[in-house]
Amino acid sequence: MKITRRNFTQIGLGTMAGIAAPAVWSGAHAQSQPIRIGASASLTGPLSGTKNLVIGYELWRDDINAAGGLLGRKVELVIYDDQSVPANIPGIYSKLVDVDKVDFLFSPYGANLTAPVMPFAKSRDRFIIGILTLAANDTIKHDKFFQAAPWGPNGAENWARGFFDLANGNGIKKMAILAADTEFSKTAAAGGRRVSEQFGMQVVDYQIYPPTNRDFSAILRNVRASAAEAVFVCSYPADSTGIVRGIQEIGIGDQVRLFGGGMVGTQYASLLENLGPALNGITSFHLYVPEPTLKFTGIDDFLSRYAPIAKQRQVDPLGFYIPPFTYAAGQLISTAVKATGTIDQAKVSQWLHANAVETIVGKMSFNELGDWTQRRVLMCQFRNIQGNDIDQFRQAGKQVIVDPPAYKSGDLMSLAQSRKA
Amino acid sequence: MLILDLGLNALVTGVVLGSIYALVALGLAITFGLLHIPNVAHPAMVIGGSYAVAISNSYGMDPLVAGVLWAIPFYALGVILYEFYSRSFESRGRGNTLQSLTLFFGISLIIEVGLVVAFGTDLRSIRAGYIGHSLTVGFIVMPYRFLIPAALAPVVIFLLWLYMTRTNTGLAIRAVAYEERALQICGLDPAAIKRHAFGIAMAMAALAGAALVITGPIDPFAGRAHIGRVFAVVVLAGMGTIPGTLVAAILIGVAESFVMTFLSPSWAPGVAFAILLATLGLRPNGLFGALR
Repeated sequence: MKITRRNFTQIGLGTMAGIAAPAVWSGAHAQSQPIRIGASASLTGPLSGTKNLVIGYELWRDDINAAGGLLGRKVELVIYDDQSVPANIPGIYSKLVDVDKVDFLFSPYGANLTAPVMPFAKSRDRFIIGILTLAANDTIKHDKFFQAAPWGPNGAENWARGFFDLANGNGIKKMAILAADTEFSKTAAAGGRRVSEQFGMQVVDYQIYPPTNRDFSAILRNVRASAAEAVFVCSYPADSTGIVRGIQEIGIGDQVRLFGGGMVGTQYASLLENLGPALNGITSFHLYVPEPTLKFTGIDDFLSRYAPIAKQRQVDPLGFYIPPFTYAAGQLISTAVKATGTIDQAKVSQWLHANAVETIVGKMSFNELGDWTQRRVLMCQFRNIQGNDIDQFRQAGKQVIVDPPAYKSGDLMSLAQSRKA
Repeated sequence: MLILDLGLNALVTGVVLGSIYALVALGLAITFGLLHIPNVAHPAMVIGGSYAVAISNSYGMDPLVAGVLWAIPFYALGVILYEFYSRSFESRGRGNTLQSLTLFFGISLIIEVGLVVAFGTDLRSIRAGYIGHSLTVGFIVMPYRFLIPAALAPVVIFLLWLYMTRTNTGLAIRAVAYEERALQICGLDPAAIKRHAFGIAMAMAALAGAALVITGPIDPFAGRAHIGRVFAVVVLAGMGTIPGTLVAAILIGVAESFVMTFLSPSWAPGVAFAILLATLGLRPNGLFGALR
């Protein structure tokens, strides 16, 4: 058979069209596919108290989709239960990337669960947003990591520095430090000791207690005997309860003006409801409280939509601590994708490094490690708590922001003074 | 004066903590000490009791009253559980082995997971009028949330001791620990006696759960913190001695309290085992083991 020039051209064009067709089709198909965001959440296991973070993701997804999606594509969440077990994390994130083909990642909750995914994210060069993970990127230095929570630079040591700024500003000279015998607490306590010494304060008592301890009477008597004027406490929810009860029952002396700092649990509704007025005067960290100085656009609407869902799912009814930050994590992605007009991870990351983003928890801007450029961990003092009604914590004036100065909603009162008030 | 203040308070705190430890260990003193069943699930059962009491308390019931009332269904649960254990292991000649240890470890996990599924992992607390208040006598200040459950321990231990020494069934429970066949010769069914004893141990778990949840909040995994200490109390007392459990627990409580006050709180958890090792070196049967 003789092949003419015309036949040759036709066959060539046909072959090229045949080769190109799948690529053209899949490109067009991809444009109609949803943008997928992958994450793990501790729906079961010891950390399942944090599962309300999923509500933040879901409300953000719903808002984006109701507004027409991202780049005209729907947003879809792919979330797996990590069972609070770090060993499950690498498998889950490999599946999210290789099988589910997600476009962006949210980290698991907290530093312990995030640590296993960071090397993976770095080696696969994936964009990932850290969910309240303290110092997750300090050693890995991944340029596509961004932190949703306001721990600020050098967070591992400085996240509770506001407590020491307060102590220094109030002329406190004698500091006591109590910490649970865990990595997180001891690191914060050691950082606290260094900062105290930098400020010229004397650390008159330094006690590390076992994390299973429930009776703090001996520890609090030792603090009282040390005549400390401020007590920095790094505790977990059960010990936070024991310590607050101990102050109520045994007392700690009128010389203590500032007490708290790093008490995990004072952010959760169950503990607030249980302790009620016993919390008055305690100053502890938080990330968001409903004070007039933190009226960011969209936060009230978010919390009002969160409340009924939380009630239905029987999770933290207040939702101040984690869910607004998971919603904000979504806002980081949607804002950057809209601004760049692409889901290219490198371009989105570059844009986030170069631009600030307005979110429901305030304006976020990031340093080279993806941490907030400025620490905005709040030190809040419990005031005027009456009874155990949880709804009172939705009002302003119950958790008064005493640091940082830019968000301050009141001045620090001494522990004894505010308890009497 | 300060040393006297700290020392006296450490002593009283130790006695109070020790009494609570005794209450938590009491069920194990029966199952492990008398029946020789390695019930590592006992602390998880105690936490199950705490949750049951917390539920009743949410309807306004006093936690101690709730603990007493819940002791009845817990007794029934204990009877059923022993029946399962007996049929699965003892009747096949596999009781008191690594397999039964595995069984109770599995039961412990099931209880924990069940509590997580039913109640979540949030801390659970109770409300009672005396929580947040203290008794002050001179230098000594003692919170009622420790004092009241601690006061329950000697009462329960005394009643249990009376039952074990003054009733035929109690004597049979003690006898079954020594020689089952002798019991059969006397016309008694050892399995029924053991079933009953296991039920009592579970009832004790409900009371201990009430005591524990009064002292502070609990979560489904709170029992794990007590496993080592309760076994230490039972072994230190001498297997199967009910009053000895109180003495051993107070000894550990006082030692922990002094270490916490005058040395370092971090060392306190090691005290129970240090005392245990030292005592077993001198008295391999425990403090009161020979007196049974």
